[in-house]
Amino acid sequence: MAKTIIPIGPYHPLQEEPEFFILTVEGETVVDIDLRIGYNHRGIEKLCEQQTYDQVTFVVERVCGICSTSHPFAYTQAVEDILSIEAPPRAQYIRTIIAEGERLHSHLLWLGLAGHFLGYNTIFMWAWKLREEILDVMEILSGNRNNYAMFKVGGVLRDIKKEDIPTVQKKVDSIVPTLKKLRSAVMDDPVLHARTKGIGVLSREAAIDYCAVGPTARASGVARDIRKNSPYGVYDQVDWNMVVTENGDVFDKVLVRLGEMFESVKIITACLSQLPEGEIDCHITEVPPGEGIGHIEAPRGECFHYVRSDGTNRPERHKIRAPTFMNLPTFKKTVIGGKIPDTVITLAAIDPCYCCTERMTVQDLKGQKLYTGEDLIRLSQEKTDQIIAEMRR
Amino acid sequence: MTRDEILQQITHRFSEEIIGKYEKSDKRVYFDISVSAIVPMAQFIFKDLRARFNIASAVDGRERMEILYHFTAEDADLVLSLRVILPKSKLEVDSLTPVFTAAHWIEREIHELFGINFKGHPKLERLLLPEDWPEGVHPLRKDYKEWDPGAIRDRGA
Repeated sequence: MAKTIIPIGPYHPLQEEPEFFILTVEGETVVDIDLRIGYNHRGIEKLCEQQTYDQVTFVVERVCGICSTSHPFAYTQAVEDILSIEAPPRAQYIRTIIAEGERLHSHLLWLGLAGHFLGYNTIFMWAWKLREEILDVMEILSGNRNNYAMFKVGGVLRDIKKEDIPTVQKKVDSIVPTLKKLRSAVMDDPVLHARTKGIGVLSREAAIDYCAVGPTARASGVARDIRKNSPYGVYDQVDWNMVVTENGDVFDKVLVRLGEMFESVKIITACLSQLPEGEIDCHITEVPPGEGIGHIEAPRGECFHYVRSDGTNRPERHKIRAPTFMNLPTFKKTVIGGKIPDTVITLAAIDPCYCCTERMTVQDLKGQKLYTGEDLIRLSQEKTDQIIAEMRR
Repeated sequence: MTRDEILQQITHRFSEEIIGKYEKSDKRVYFDISVSAIVPMAQFIFKDLRARFNIASAVDGRERMEILYHFTAEDADLVLSLRVILPKSKLEVDSLTPVFTAAHWIEREIHELFGINFKGHPKLERLLLPEDWPEGVHPLRKDYKEWDPGAIRDRGA
């Protein structure tokens, strides 16, 4: 099959990773999808080999703009695994609070974008307004709205001030009523059901075969959550539930993320009330030779770091695996056989990033370019309008 | 299945293939295995023990190349790492992609960044590096030197 790839505009490294999708279509049905990544490959693993252990924490924080806490979290776990130590209890609580705040803002960001792709800009406005509250919370706690720079090997860099806790609690609580409203809107809206139920289904078997992680796997009935299976931080000391659904379609992925946000609020509330007094750092001076593995549950799934130390002040090897690396290839299962207007939301359902969809072209079997990313979002929104019109009849 | 049962089953079944075993902690166990044993062992751990494949990490030791295959046994809260050691003269190992699809991308990545050949991989093409990157230049190797003197790099202060 002859293929002509025409890149649209300059690359958009707005968020973490611009990918390039080539859809092959027959009429309206997608028959093949090819992926190309690496447009934003920055050689961070190589860079980490040239930095000291303390500097690497800040380098890996820049792997991703959205889950900027997950990578330092996994990295510090890995180095602490080499050292066979654990951070002091208060530091563990602070780490957990920051990680859950990040999950809240990441899921809200995704929910807003998913709403936008479907033509529900009200959801987009609501979700991003809520996200603003969470970003304010992060600013109070860490001084930064993104890239919090809270982590270091052996502890955290900043303490949580006692006088900030009531404000933080109030802000976190304030998102719950709107979240409930959002959830009932998703559960009750027949148009959303028509657009997302049975669309982009990832079967349980495929999720296991692809080793999908995070909400992508949990929506397909695979009960995997590092926070439950291999508790780190203080996830085993607070009460919360893993959210698992069975169908594997886009609707279930929305449900999992909505459910997780309520759990995150629960975890933050519990952590803030139980926060113990004490040290926040155990002052590491040097890292002995050895190897360590750290894995944590990022908003999108398991984030995995492997660090090898040779006794110097720099890692000999640092392997980073972000969750999307495992989740992206599942498109081969979810997109093929679907319709073009459903592609956008199916690709968005694993929560890659905005620019992913921007980097997509559609080809018919002769290799001619048909749609750009913007066209696809428009097609998707038109389909929703059409369903609404049909339902009104 | 508990942690001890899992470890016992593996050591019992693959007693000849396992060269060394190292228990770093309750949650992390490393096995050094012979190169030919990777497919049957990975298959056993993935299919029979129902562990999840995390990822593979390649490490460039100066005289040899290592690949670590990490698996997580979720119920037992255990990360198993299988280590194969390849001599620099023969960088070749059997592909795991026929056993589970999850190995597809990481094998392509290791192939281009370290120059290790995965026998039986269905599509061993470039994943991350651009099309115009020269053949035989593997950036994550320790002896890597910049091949393009004209490249624009931010060298810092």
